Amino acid sequence: MIGPEPRVRRLDRAALQGVLVREVVNFGSFWRSSTFSSTVEPTIYLLAFGFGFGSLVSKVNGLDYVQFVGTGTVATAVLFSSVFPGMFSTFVKYQFQRTYDAILAAPVDTEELVTGEALWIAARAGTYGCVPMLVAMAFGLAPAWGMLVVPLIAFMSGFGWACFGILVAAVMKSIDNFSYVTSTVITPLFLVAGTFFPISGLPEWARIAANVNPLYHCVQLVRHAVFGFQAEDLWHLGFIVAFGLLVWRLAIARMERKLVN
Amino acid sequence: MSLAISLRGAVKRYGAVTAVDGLDLDVPEGTCVGLLGPNGAGKSTTMRLLTAQAIADQGELEVLGHRLPGDSKSARALMGVVPQLDNLDTTLTVEQNLLVFTYLYRVPRASRRDAIERALAIANLGDRRGSRVDELSGGMRRRLLIARALVHEPRLVLLDEPTVGLDPQVRQELWALIDRLRSEGVSILMSTHYIEEAERLADTVTVMSHGKAVAVGRPADLVAEHAGREALEVYGAPARLLEVESDARERGWPTRRTGTSVTILRIDALNGELPAGERRVATLEDVFVLLTGEEIA
Repeated sequence: MIGPEPRVRRLDRAALQGVLVREVVNFGSFWRSSTFSSTVEPTIYLLAFGFGFGSLVSKVNGLDYVQFVGTGTVATAVLFSSVFPGMFSTFVKYQFQRTYDAILAAPVDTEELVTGEALWIAARAGTYGCVPMLVAMAFGLAPAWGMLVVPLIAFMSGFGWACFGILVAAVMKSIDNFSYVTSTVITPLFLVAGTFFPISGLPEWARIAANVNPLYHCVQLVRHAVFGFQAEDLWHLGFIVAFGLLVWRLAIARMERKLVN
Repeated sequence: MSLAISLRGAVKRYGAVTAVDGLDLDVPEGTCVGLLGPNGAGKSTTMRLLTAQAIADQGELEVLGHRLPGDSKSARALMGVVPQLDNLDTTLTVEQNLLVFTYLYRVPRASRRDAIERALAIANLGDRRGSRVDELSGGMRRRLLIARALVHEPRLVLLDEPTVGLDPQVRQELWALIDRLRSEGVSILMSTHYIEEAERLADTVTVMSHGKAVAVGRPADLVAEHAGREALEVYGAPARLLEVESDARERGWPTRRTGTSVTILRIDALNGELPAGERRVATLEDVFVLLTGEEIA
């Protein structure tokens, strides 16, 4: 044994670091494809809607449509770069590569494993989330001090979606079943989030539904960060944090059930 | 002598299946214990119990003085695990795989470099340090898998079927590696269904069948106790083999099938005229088949 016998406790810094280092080192071998898909897709949405719809609709809620979509697709980038890695890479590491068997044989518990994985995905989402905003700036979105907190909003939101993805991976028996979740949960949430059109124009039931959509709160918070914070932003922030905490604990509980048996 | 592993009455059920059924198992510190049994005997489940990746339904389990599953994290920090299925990060280099595990096993920063070099030397992969794992041969990958479990100089190593599916040359190479560990005083629990592997490497062997320990002892003692000194191989056509078998049964002689022959055991202690055949020394394989049954489940 090298060094003194390590002291162990819950959510050990050393264990989290181990999980994170593994991810960072691995990221070196796939960052190109990951960065490409996580940034190009929302940018295409931004350009397609921005210029496609933008030619029909010039202003939404007093904003240029490109600016409206440019800030909204930050949430899209966050969602895509966190929920899909949460679902797919977790399942692959668990089922096919058996990576988690190796990690849990080391002094790392499921709680630390899930937390470390989600933190890493969230850090990436916090970075990729800013790409649509930068693209929108190239098309005339004015710089604002509030933009500096956008990575933080994207990180917090991304943590929740990463945990949601891990939860899906823990519950599903087969990777083929992921398409049910994508079609019935992720796509509707992505569309009814106020990204491409304001929810104020939707029927009442859809407005209520949007209010329990964590992505909607991310969209609002990012938009307000860029164009000016409002009192209601505490509610948006609170919702994002509460969603993150809830799915974090659920993801740990379900992964524990899957990995330790 | 203190025990690196002590299991008392360990039980693990999966639904209606009892994978481990009241297992007692001791690994005295500094020894190599072979866990020998056919497929499905509960060896891999036992290994998972020891890392608390499976939680026992009953029994007392202790690893390096830490009670399981409560203190399992402390125990895991002190042991290395070589899994049966290769779970290396295949797109990383040899060195990167080792680096990741120096973090997971909490090697202090100042010792990390040395730990990686030492592991590379153990695996004899110094000149392949920059190669991606998916460029390595099966034998090299297996050596890396073992070296990865040793980066933190553990006091106990669990080897789950360390040479399964490898050719004889590679197997011998790994045996030499495991033997070196043993000579350095590392405690080893090695599950295997290769008799020769257990015979060569293990100080004591625990034979497992249907989740229980059916025999414990030094390989030579187990052979003497259960299979005697000498055996007779009788070859012939299938009909002839059945005849030899039923004849032996009538006389109360212990036999086992060996596929192409019938083996009559303990011939040095038998009375009566033996059929024509080849005499040979009794082996651990005879014990294994006698104790774990001839039928394949």
